[in-house]
Amino acid sequence: MTLKDKCAIVGLGYTPQGKVPGRNAMSFYLEASKNALSDAGLNIRDIDGILVQPCLTDPRVTAFGLAEEMGLDLRFGADQQLHGASSCAIIQHAAMAVDAGLCDYCLCAFAEVSRSASPPAGIVYQMAGGTNAAYGMFGVAASYAMIARRYMHEYGVTSRQFGAVAVTFRKHASLNPIAQMREPITIEDHQNSRWVVEPFHLLDCCLISDGGRALIVTSAERARNLKQPPVYIMGMGQGHPFNDPLKRQILTVSGAAESGKTAFSMAGISPKDVDMCAIYDAFSFVVPMQLEDLGFCGKGEGGAFVEEGRIALGGELPTNTSGGLLSEVYIQGWVGTHEAVRQLRGDCDERQVPGAEIALVTSSGGVLSTHTTVILRK
Amino acid sequence: MSEEYRKPLPNIDDTSRPYWEAARRHELVLQKCRDCGHYRYPAGATCPHCLSDKLEWVRVSGLGTIYTWTVFHQVYHPAFAQDAPYAVVAVELDEGPRMASNLVDCKIEDIQVGMPVEVVFDDVTAEITLPKFRPRTS
Repeated sequence: MTLKDKCAIVGLGYTPQGKVPGRNAMSFYLEASKNALSDAGLNIRDIDGILVQPCLTDPRVTAFGLAEEMGLDLRFGADQQLHGASSCAIIQHAAMAVDAGLCDYCLCAFAEVSRSASPPAGIVYQMAGGTNAAYGMFGVAASYAMIARRYMHEYGVTSRQFGAVAVTFRKHASLNPIAQMREPITIEDHQNSRWVVEPFHLLDCCLISDGGRALIVTSAERARNLKQPPVYIMGMGQGHPFNDPLKRQILTVSGAAESGKTAFSMAGISPKDVDMCAIYDAFSFVVPMQLEDLGFCGKGEGGAFVEEGRIALGGELPTNTSGGLLSEVYIQGWVGTHEAVRQLRGDCDERQVPGAEIALVTSSGGVLSTHTTVILRK
Repeated sequence: MSEEYRKPLPNIDDTSRPYWEAARRHELVLQKCRDCGHYRYPAGATCPHCLSDKLEWVRVSGLGTIYTWTVFHQVYHPAFAQDAPYAVVAVELDEGPRMASNLVDCKIEDIQVGMPVEVVFDDVTAEITLPKFRPRTS
Protein backbone atom coordinates (compact mmCIF):
# COMPACT_ATOMS: atom_id res chain seq x y z
CA MET A 1 0.00 0.00 0.00
CA THR A 2 2.77 2.44 0.80
CA LEU A 3 4.35 4.66 -1.84
CA LYS A 4 7.80 4.13 -0.32
CA ASP A 5 10.44 3.82 -3.07
CA LYS A 6 7.80 3.31 -5.76
CA CYS A 7 8.73 6.43 -7.70
CA ALA A 8 11.82 8.47 -8.47
CA ILE A 9 12.94 11.90 -9.59
CA VAL A 10 14.76 11.42 -12.88
CA GLY A 11 15.26 14.83 -14.44
CA LEU A 12 16.12 18.31 -13.17
CA GLY A 13 15.70 21.51 -15.14
CA TYR A 14 17.27 24.87 -14.31
CA THR A 15 17.22 28.25 -16.07
CA PRO A 16 19.30 31.40 -15.66
CA GLN A 17 18.39 32.71 -12.21
CA GLY A 18 18.75 35.72 -9.97
CA LYS A 19 18.06 38.98 -11.75
CA VAL A 20 16.91 37.98 -15.25
CA PRO A 21 14.96 40.89 -16.72
CA GLY A 22 12.86 40.91 -19.85
CA ARG A 23 11.36 37.44 -19.60
CA ASN A 24 7.86 36.28 -18.84
CA ALA A 25 6.97 33.37 -16.60
CA MET A 26 6.06 31.01 -19.46
CA SER A 27 9.53 31.29 -20.94
CA PHE A 28 11.03 30.08 -17.64
CA TYR A 29 8.53 27.19 -17.33
CA LEU A 30 9.39 26.10 -20.88
CA GLU A 31 13.15 26.41 -20.55
CA ALA A 32 13.19 24.55 -17.23
CA SER A 33 10.97 21.82 -18.71
CA LYS A 34 13.21 21.41 -21.76
CA ASN A 35 16.29 21.16 -19.55
CA ALA A 36 14.61 18.59 -17.27
CA LEU A 37 13.80 16.42 -20.32
CA SER A 38 17.37 16.68 -21.56
CA ASP A 39 18.75 15.88 -18.08
CA ALA A 40 16.57 12.76 -17.89
CA GLY A 41 17.29 11.70 -21.45
CA LEU A 42 13.59 11.76 -22.27
CA ASN A 43 11.74 12.90 -25.37
CA ILE A 44 9.11 15.61 -25.11
CA ARG A 45 6.46 13.07 -26.25
CA ASP A 46 7.23 10.88 -23.21
CA ILE A 47 5.55 13.43 -20.94
CA ASP A 48 1.91 12.48 -20.30
CA GLY A 49 1.33 14.30 -17.00
CA ILE A 50 2.01 17.88 -15.91
CA LEU A 51 1.66 19.49 -12.49
CA VAL A 52 2.26 23.21 -12.24
CA GLN A 53 2.72 25.55 -9.31
CA PRO A 54 1.21 28.78 -10.62
CA CYS A 55 3.46 31.83 -10.58
CA LEU A 56 2.19 34.40 -8.08
CA THR A 57 3.28 37.39 -10.13
CA ASP A 58 2.04 35.94 -13.45
CA PRO A 59 -0.71 33.41 -12.76
CA ARG A 60 -1.56 32.93 -16.42
CA VAL A 61 0.60 29.81 -16.74
CA THR A 62 -1.33 26.58 -16.08
CA ALA A 63 -0.52 22.90 -16.57
CA PHE A 64 -2.72 22.83 -19.66
CA GLY A 65 -1.29 26.08 -20.99
CA LEU A 66 2.20 24.64 -20.61
CA ALA A 67 1.10 21.43 -22.34
CA GLU A 68 -0.24 23.48 -25.22
CA GLU A 69 3.05 25.34 -25.62
CA MET A 70 4.78 21.96 -25.68
CA GLY A 71 2.32 20.52 -28.19
CA LEU A 72 1.27 17.79 -25.76
CA ASP A 73 -1.98 15.96 -25.08
CA LEU A 74 -2.03 14.95 -21.42
CA ARG A 75 -3.41 11.98 -19.51
CA PHE A 76 -3.04 13.81 -16.18
CA GLY A 77 -2.74 17.46 -15.22
CA ALA A 78 -3.45 20.01 -12.49
CA ASP A 79 -2.34 23.29 -10.98
CA GLN A 80 -1.49 23.15 -7.31
CA GLN A 81 -1.17 26.30 -5.24
CA LEU A 82 0.18 25.60 -1.76
CA HIS A 83 2.43 28.62 -2.26
CA GLY A 84 5.90 27.86 -0.89
CA ALA A 85 4.85 24.32 0.01
CA SER A 86 3.93 23.45 -3.57
CA SER A 87 7.19 21.77 -4.62
CA CYS A 88 7.08 18.84 -2.20
CA ALA A 89 3.27 18.64 -2.53
CA ILE A 90 3.56 18.38 -6.31
CA ILE A 91 6.21 15.64 -6.04
CA GLN A 92 3.79 13.75 -3.77
CA HIS A 93 0.88 14.08 -6.19
CA ALA A 94 3.10 13.18 -9.14
CA ALA A 95 4.19 10.00 -7.36
CA MET A 96 0.57 9.14 -6.50
CA ALA A 97 -0.52 9.67 -10.11
CA VAL A 98 2.35 7.59 -11.51
CA ASP A 99 1.76 4.82 -8.99
CA ALA A 100 -1.96 4.81 -9.76
CA GLY A 101 -1.22 4.45 -13.46
CA LEU A 102 -2.69 7.84 -14.36
CA CYS A 103 0.51 8.86 -16.12
CA ASP A 104 4.03 7.51 -16.75
CA TYR A 105 6.21 10.60 -16.74
CA CYS A 106 4.98 13.59 -14.78
CA LEU A 107 6.60 16.95 -15.47
CA CYS A 108 6.48 19.33 -12.48
CA ALA A 109 7.33 23.01 -12.99
CA PHE A 110 7.43 26.45 -11.43
CA ALA A 111 8.78 29.89 -12.23
CA GLU A 112 9.31 33.00 -10.13
CA VAL A 113 9.59 36.38 -11.85
CA SER A 114 9.32 38.56 -8.78
CA ARG A 115 12.71 40.28 -9.15
CA SER A 116 11.96 41.77 -12.55
CA ALA A 117 8.17 41.55 -12.55
CA SER A 118 6.03 44.41 -13.70
CA PRO A 119 4.18 45.45 -11.64
CA PRO A 120 6.82 44.69 -8.99
CA ALA A 121 6.52 41.65 -6.79
CA GLY A 122 6.17 43.97 -3.85
CA ILE A 123 2.50 44.15 -4.60
CA VAL A 124 2.24 40.44 -3.95
CA TYR A 125 4.68 39.95 -1.11
CA GLN A 126 3.85 43.19 0.68
CA MET A 127 0.15 42.46 0.58
CA ALA A 128 -1.87 44.26 3.19
CA GLY A 129 -4.07 42.09 5.33
CA GLY A 130 -7.44 43.86 5.14
CA THR A 131 -8.28 45.41 8.48
CA ASN A 132 -4.75 44.85 9.73
CA ALA A 133 -3.50 47.47 7.24
CA ALA A 134 -5.35 50.10 9.27
CA TYR A 135 -2.83 49.35 12.04
CA GLY A 136 0.17 49.49 9.69
CA MET A 137 0.45 45.71 9.45
CA PHE A 138 1.72 44.94 5.95
CA GLY A 139 3.59 42.17 4.25
CA VAL A 140 4.54 38.57 4.71
CA ALA A 141 7.72 39.40 6.65
CA ALA A 142 5.84 41.09 9.51
CA SER A 143 3.62 38.06 10.07
CA TYR A 144 6.70 35.85 10.22
CA ALA A 145 8.27 38.41 12.57
CA MET A 146 5.34 37.98 14.98
CA ILE A 147 6.06 34.25 15.08
CA ALA A 148 9.81 34.80 15.45
CA ARG A 149 9.30 37.16 18.41
CA ARG A 150 7.09 34.63 20.16
CA TYR A 151 9.66 31.88 19.41
CA MET A 152 12.39 34.00 21.01
CA HIS A 153 10.15 34.61 24.02
CA GLU A 154 9.15 30.99 24.58
CA TYR A 155 12.52 29.34 23.96
CA GLY A 156 15.15 32.03 24.46
CA VAL A 157 16.53 31.75 20.92
CA THR A 158 18.49 34.83 19.86
CA SER A 159 19.07 37.05 16.87
CA ARG A 160 22.71 35.90 16.77
CA GLN A 161 21.49 32.32 16.42
CA PHE A 162 19.31 33.41 13.49
CA GLY A 163 22.44 35.07 12.15
CA ALA A 164 24.34 31.78 12.34
CA VAL A 165 21.86 30.35 9.81
CA ALA A 166 22.40 33.26 7.42
CA VAL A 167 26.19 33.08 7.74
CA THR A 168 26.26 29.30 7.21
CA PHE A 169 24.05 29.36 4.13
CA ARG A 170 26.04 32.24 2.62
CA LYS A 171 29.19 30.20 3.06
CA HIS A 172 27.48 27.34 1.21
CA ALA A 173 26.40 29.75 -1.55
CA SER A 174 30.00 30.89 -1.97
CA LEU A 175 30.69 27.34 -3.23
CA ASN A 176 27.75 27.42 -5.65
CA PRO A 177 28.54 29.01 -9.02
CA ILE A 178 24.87 29.80 -9.76
CA ALA A 179 24.06 31.39 -6.39
CA GLN A 180 22.76 34.95 -6.41
CA MET A 181 24.74 36.02 -3.30
CA ARG A 182 28.24 34.56 -2.98
CA GLU A 183 30.14 37.09 -0.86
CA PRO A 184 30.76 35.57 2.60
CA ILE A 185 29.24 37.39 5.59
CA THR A 186 29.90 37.38 9.32
CA ILE A 187 27.63 37.44 12.34
CA GLU A 188 28.54 41.12 12.73
CA ASP A 189 27.42 41.81 9.15
CA HIS A 190 24.13 40.14 10.06
CA GLN A 191 23.74 42.12 13.27
CA ASN A 192 24.64 45.38 11.52
CA SER A 193 22.35 44.87 8.52
CA ARG A 194 19.37 47.21 8.60
CA TRP A 195 16.16 46.31 10.39
CA VAL A 196 13.26 45.35 8.13
CA VAL A 197 10.61 44.37 10.65
CA GLU A 198 11.99 43.47 14.08
CA PRO A 199 13.28 40.98 14.98
CA PHE A 200 14.42 40.63 11.35
CA HIS A 201 17.54 42.23 10.03
CA LEU A 202 17.84 42.36 6.25
CA LEU A 203 20.07 39.26 6.32
CA ASP A 204 17.33 37.25 8.04
CA CYS A 205 15.15 37.59 4.92
CA CYS A 206 15.25 35.55 1.72
CA LEU A 207 16.15 36.92 -1.67
CA ILE A 208 13.79 38.09 -4.40
CA SER A 209 14.56 36.44 -7.70
CA ASP A 210 13.66 35.40 -11.22
CA GLY A 211 14.09 31.87 -12.51
CA GLY A 212 12.38 28.59 -13.31
CA ARG A 213 12.72 25.00 -12.16
CA ALA A 214 11.28 21.74 -13.39
CA LEU A 215 11.65 18.08 -12.49
CA ILE A 216 10.30 14.77 -13.76
CA VAL A 217 8.79 11.97 -11.66
CA THR A 218 8.35 8.43 -12.96
CA SER A 219 8.13 4.89 -11.58
CA ALA A 220 11.19 3.32 -9.94
CA GLU A 221 11.18 0.68 -12.66
CA ARG A 222 11.28 3.16 -15.55
CA ALA A 223 13.80 5.28 -13.68
CA ARG A 224 16.42 2.52 -13.76
CA ASN A 225 16.74 2.73 -17.55
CA LEU A 226 17.20 6.49 -17.79
CA LYS A 227 20.24 8.71 -18.10
CA GLN A 228 20.64 9.82 -14.49
CA PRO A 229 21.00 7.74 -11.34
CA PRO A 230 17.46 7.57 -9.93
CA VAL A 231 16.64 9.41 -6.71
CA TYR A 232 13.86 7.48 -5.01
CA ILE A 233 11.00 9.04 -3.07
CA MET A 234 11.06 7.24 0.30
CA GLY A 235 8.59 9.21 2.33
CA MET A 236 6.18 12.11 2.12
CA GLY A 237 3.89 14.08 4.38
CA GLN A 238 1.93 17.27 4.81
CA GLY A 239 0.86 19.44 7.74
CA HIS A 240 -1.14 22.64 7.41
CA PRO A 241 -1.75 24.91 10.40
CA PHE A 242 -4.34 27.70 10.19
CA ASN A 243 -3.64 30.22 7.46
CA ASP A 244 -3.83 33.18 9.87
CA PRO A 245 -1.04 32.75 12.43
CA LEU A 246 -2.88 34.76 15.06
CA LYS A 247 -5.63 32.13 15.09
CA ARG A 248 -3.20 29.29 15.83
CA GLN A 249 -3.35 27.95 19.36
CA ILE A 250 0.42 27.42 19.31
CA LEU A 251 2.49 29.76 17.19
CA THR A 252 5.90 28.18 17.65
CA VAL A 253 5.35 24.68 16.28
CA SER A 254 5.33 24.59 12.48
CA GLY A 255 3.53 22.25 10.09
CA ALA A 256 6.86 20.38 9.89
CA ALA A 257 5.88 18.46 13.02
CA GLU A 258 2.95 16.71 11.34
CA SER A 259 4.45 16.73 7.88
CA GLY A 260 7.74 15.23 9.06
CA LYS A 261 6.10 12.58 11.24
CA THR A 262 4.11 11.24 8.29
CA ALA A 263 7.15 11.30 6.01
CA PHE A 264 9.47 9.54 8.49
CA SER A 265 6.79 6.95 9.14
CA MET A 266 6.43 6.13 5.43
CA ALA A 267 10.20 6.06 4.92
CA GLY A 268 10.66 3.85 7.97
CA ILE A 269 13.64 5.85 9.16
CA SER A 270 14.39 8.37 11.90
CA PRO A 271 16.18 11.74 11.85
CA LYS A 272 19.55 10.13 12.69
CA ASP A 273 19.45 8.30 9.33
CA VAL A 274 19.28 11.57 7.33
CA ASP A 275 22.55 12.72 5.73
CA MET A 276 21.49 16.19 4.64
CA CYS A 277 18.51 18.55 4.71
CA ALA A 278 17.04 21.17 2.43
CA ILE A 279 14.84 23.26 4.71
CA TYR A 280 12.52 25.97 3.35
CA ASP A 281 14.28 29.11 4.59
CA ALA A 282 12.09 32.09 3.74
CA PHE A 283 13.46 33.58 6.97
CA SER A 284 16.44 32.44 9.01
CA PHE A 285 14.52 31.48 12.17
CA VAL A 286 12.29 28.95 10.43
CA VAL A 287 15.34 26.70 9.99
CA PRO A 288 15.93 25.95 13.70
CA MET A 289 12.15 25.80 14.26
CA GLN A 290 11.62 23.20 11.53
CA LEU A 291 14.70 21.18 12.59
CA GLU A 292 13.14 20.96 16.07
CA ASP A 293 9.71 20.04 14.72
CA LEU A 294 11.23 17.35 12.47
CA GLY A 295 12.98 15.81 15.47
CA PHE A 296 16.62 16.62 14.65
CA CYS A 297 16.85 18.22 18.10
CA GLY A 298 14.52 18.86 21.02
CA LYS A 299 11.98 21.70 21.04
CA GLY A 300 13.79 24.90 21.93
CA GLU A 301 17.22 23.43 21.14
CA GLY A 302 17.27 24.60 17.51
CA GLY A 303 19.04 27.87 18.24
CA ALA A 304 22.04 26.15 19.81
CA PHE A 305 21.89 23.40 17.17
CA VAL A 306 22.37 25.82 14.26
CA GLU A 307 24.97 27.86 16.15
CA GLU A 308 27.31 24.97 16.75
CA GLY A 309 28.11 24.28 13.10
CA ARG A 310 26.04 21.11 12.80
CA ILE A 311 24.16 22.43 9.74
CA ALA A 312 27.30 23.53 7.90
CA LEU A 313 29.10 21.48 5.25
CA GLY A 314 31.35 19.20 7.27
CA GLY A 315 28.88 19.19 10.17
CA GLU A 316 26.66 16.31 11.18
CA LEU A 317 23.61 17.57 9.24
CA PRO A 318 24.65 19.74 6.28
CA THR A 319 21.61 21.87 5.44
CA ASN A 320 20.80 24.08 2.45
CA THR A 321 24.11 23.32 0.83
CA SER A 322 23.25 25.42 -2.24
CA GLY A 323 22.76 28.53 -0.09
CA GLY A 324 18.99 28.10 0.09
CA LEU A 325 16.43 30.86 -0.32
CA LEU A 326 18.56 33.12 1.87
CA SER A 327 21.59 33.07 -0.44
CA GLU A 328 21.20 30.88 -3.54
CA VAL A 329 17.97 32.11 -5.11
CA TYR A 330 14.28 32.47 -4.30
CA ILE A 331 12.43 30.00 -6.49
CA GLN A 332 10.41 28.82 -3.51
CA GLY A 333 10.48 25.12 -2.60
CA TRP A 334 12.17 24.10 -5.83
CA VAL A 335 15.55 25.30 -4.62
CA GLY A 336 15.62 22.58 -1.97
CA THR A 337 14.27 19.76 -4.14
CA HIS A 338 16.86 20.31 -6.82
CA GLU A 339 19.80 20.62 -4.45
CA ALA A 340 18.81 17.45 -2.58
CA VAL A 341 18.54 15.45 -5.80
CA ARG A 342 21.93 16.73 -6.98
CA GLN A 343 23.54 15.86 -3.64
CA LEU A 344 22.18 12.32 -3.85
CA ARG A 345 23.48 12.03 -7.42
CA GLY A 346 26.89 13.12 -6.15
CA ASP A 347 26.80 16.09 -8.50
CA CYS A 348 27.72 18.96 -6.18
CA ASP A 349 31.48 19.38 -6.69
CA GLU A 350 33.03 21.56 -4.01
CA ARG A 351 29.94 21.51 -1.83
CA GLN A 352 29.26 17.76 -2.14
CA VAL A 353 28.22 16.05 1.10
CA PRO A 354 30.47 12.96 1.08
CA GLY A 355 28.48 9.72 0.90
CA ALA A 356 25.07 11.41 1.00
CA GLU A 357 22.43 8.68 0.69
CA ILE A 358 19.31 10.09 2.33
CA ALA A 359 18.04 13.68 2.13
CA LEU A 360 15.06 15.38 3.73
CA VAL A 361 13.40 18.29 1.91
CA THR A 362 10.76 20.65 3.30
CA SER A 363 8.69 23.29 1.61
CA SER A 364 6.43 25.73 3.37
CA GLY A 365 3.98 28.38 2.25
CA GLY A 366 1.95 31.32 3.45
CA VAL A 367 3.04 32.29 6.95
CA LEU A 368 4.14 28.77 7.97
CA SER A 369 0.58 27.95 6.89
CA THR A 370 1.25 25.05 4.53
CA HIS A 371 4.02 22.50 5.02
CA THR A 372 5.15 19.53 2.98
CA THR A 373 8.06 17.13 3.37
CA VAL A 374 9.68 14.54 1.13
CA ILE A 375 12.44 12.14 2.06
CA LEU A 376 14.66 11.06 -0.84
CA ARG A 377 17.36 8.39 -1.22
CA LYS A 378 19.86 7.38 -3.86
CA MET B 1 -10.25 65.22 9.99
CA SER B 2 -11.21 62.59 7.41
CA GLU B 3 -9.66 64.69 4.63
CA GLU B 4 -6.28 64.54 6.31
CA TYR B 5 -6.37 60.89 7.29
CA ARG B 6 -4.40 58.97 4.65
CA LYS B 7 -3.83 55.60 6.30
CA PRO B 8 -5.79 52.59 5.04
CA LEU B 9 -9.21 52.11 6.59
CA PRO B 10 -10.71 48.74 7.57
CA ASN B 11 -12.69 46.76 5.00
CA ILE B 12 -16.21 46.81 6.39
CA ASP B 13 -18.83 44.40 5.08
CA ASP B 14 -22.22 43.19 6.31
CA THR B 15 -20.58 40.58 8.52
CA SER B 16 -18.16 42.91 10.28
CA ARG B 17 -20.34 46.06 10.39
CA PRO B 18 -21.61 45.52 13.97
CA TYR B 19 -17.99 45.42 15.19
CA TRP B 20 -17.24 48.81 13.66
CA GLU B 21 -20.53 50.35 14.74
CA ALA B 22 -19.75 49.30 18.30
CA ALA B 23 -16.22 50.69 18.04
CA ARG B 24 -17.73 54.02 17.06
CA ARG B 25 -19.69 53.89 20.32
CA HIS B 26 -16.39 53.06 22.07
CA GLU B 27 -17.41 49.50 22.81
CA LEU B 28 -15.44 46.37 21.94
CA VAL B 29 -17.71 43.56 20.80
CA LEU B 30 -17.03 40.06 19.50
CA GLN B 31 -19.17 37.34 18.02
CA LYS B 32 -19.99 34.65 20.59
CA CYS B 33 -21.44 31.26 19.68
CA ARG B 34 -24.78 30.63 21.37
CA ASP B 35 -24.25 26.90 21.13
CA CYS B 36 -20.71 26.39 22.43
CA GLY B 37 -19.69 29.78 23.84
CA HIS B 38 -16.66 30.20 21.53
CA TYR B 39 -15.62 33.80 20.74
CA ARG B 40 -14.41 34.53 17.22
CA TYR B 41 -12.40 37.36 15.62
CA PRO B 42 -12.38 38.54 12.90
CA ALA B 43 -16.09 38.28 12.17
CA GLY B 44 -17.45 35.38 10.17
CA ALA B 45 -20.63 33.53 9.32
CA THR B 46 -20.18 30.44 11.51
CA CYS B 47 -18.46 29.28 14.66
CA PRO B 48 -15.12 27.65 13.73
CA HIS B 49 -15.41 25.49 16.86
CA CYS B 50 -18.80 23.82 16.24
CA LEU B 51 -19.99 25.24 12.86
CA SER B 52 -23.10 26.72 14.48
CA ASP B 53 -24.49 29.78 12.71
CA LYS B 54 -26.04 31.10 15.92
CA LEU B 55 -23.53 33.87 16.59
CA GLU B 56 -24.40 36.91 18.67
CA TRP B 57 -22.47 40.11 19.17
CA VAL B 58 -21.55 40.61 22.82
CA ARG B 59 -19.58 43.31 24.55
CA VAL B 60 -16.28 42.00 25.91
CA SER B 61 -13.96 43.18 28.66
CA GLY B 62 -11.44 44.97 26.44
CA LEU B 63 -8.73 43.42 28.59
CA GLY B 64 -5.90 41.29 27.28
CA THR B 65 -2.17 40.74 27.15
CA ILE B 66 0.51 41.21 24.50
CA TYR B 67 1.02 37.84 22.80
CA THR B 68 3.72 38.97 20.39
CA TRP B 69 4.71 42.06 18.42
CA THR B 70 6.86 43.43 15.63
CA VAL B 71 8.44 46.79 14.88
CA PHE B 72 8.19 48.19 11.36
CA HIS B 73 11.28 49.96 10.07
CA GLN B 74 10.43 49.23 6.46
CA VAL B 75 7.74 51.61 5.22
CA TYR B 76 5.15 49.73 3.17
CA HIS B 77 2.63 52.56 2.92
CA PRO B 78 3.55 56.26 2.63
CA ALA B 79 1.07 57.30 5.32
CA PHE B 80 3.09 55.34 7.90
CA ALA B 81 6.44 56.94 6.96
CA GLN B 82 6.20 59.53 9.73
CA ASP B 83 5.49 56.81 12.31
CA ALA B 84 8.41 54.49 11.51
CA PRO B 85 9.75 52.79 13.49
CA TYR B 86 6.34 51.82 14.85
CA ALA B 87 5.04 48.69 16.59
CA VAL B 88 2.16 46.43 15.66
CA VAL B 89 1.10 44.18 18.53
CA ALA B 90 -0.92 40.98 18.71
CA VAL B 91 -3.23 41.29 21.70
CA GLU B 92 -4.65 38.12 23.20
CA LEU B 93 -8.02 39.14 24.61
CA ASP B 94 -9.16 37.63 27.90
CA GLU B 95 -12.03 36.03 25.94
CA GLY B 96 -9.54 34.15 23.72
CA PRO B 97 -9.18 35.69 20.25
CA ARG B 98 -6.02 37.53 19.23
CA MET B 99 -6.05 40.72 17.19
CA ALA B 100 -3.47 42.92 15.52
CA SER B 101 -3.50 46.47 16.84
CA ASN B 102 -1.34 49.35 18.02
CA LEU B 103 -0.34 50.41 21.51
CA VAL B 104 -0.78 53.96 22.75
CA ASP B 105 1.02 55.53 25.71
CA CYS B 106 3.83 52.98 25.46
CA LYS B 107 7.38 53.28 24.14
CA ILE B 108 8.61 50.55 21.80
CA GLU B 109 11.37 49.60 24.23
CA ASP B 110 8.82 48.99 26.99
CA ILE B 111 6.78 46.41 25.07
CA GLN B 112 6.95 42.91 26.50
CA VAL B 113 5.21 39.62 25.82
CA GLY B 114 2.60 39.08 28.52
CA MET B 115 2.15 42.77 29.26
CA PRO B 116 -1.44 43.50 30.44
CA VAL B 117 -3.30 45.95 28.21
CA GLU B 118 -6.78 47.47 27.92
CA VAL B 119 -8.70 48.75 24.94
CA VAL B 120 -8.90 52.44 24.03
CA PHE B 121 -10.68 53.94 21.05
CA ASP B 122 -9.08 56.13 18.42
CA ASP B 123 -11.61 58.11 16.35
CA VAL B 124 -9.47 58.32 13.24
CA THR B 125 -12.22 59.74 10.99
CA ALA B 126 -15.79 60.91 11.52
CA GLU B 127 -16.98 57.42 10.55
CA ILE B 128 -14.22 55.08 11.68
CA THR B 129 -12.93 54.32 15.15
CA LEU B 130 -10.01 51.92 15.60
CA PRO B 131 -9.80 49.88 18.80
CA LYS B 132 -6.24 50.22 20.13
CA PHE B 133 -4.65 49.27 23.44
CA ARG B 134 -2.68 50.84 26.26
CA PRO B 135 -0.74 49.31 29.15
CA ARG B 136 -2.78 48.53 32.26
CA THR B 137 -1.21 50.07 35.32
CA SER B 138 -3.31 48.55 38.06
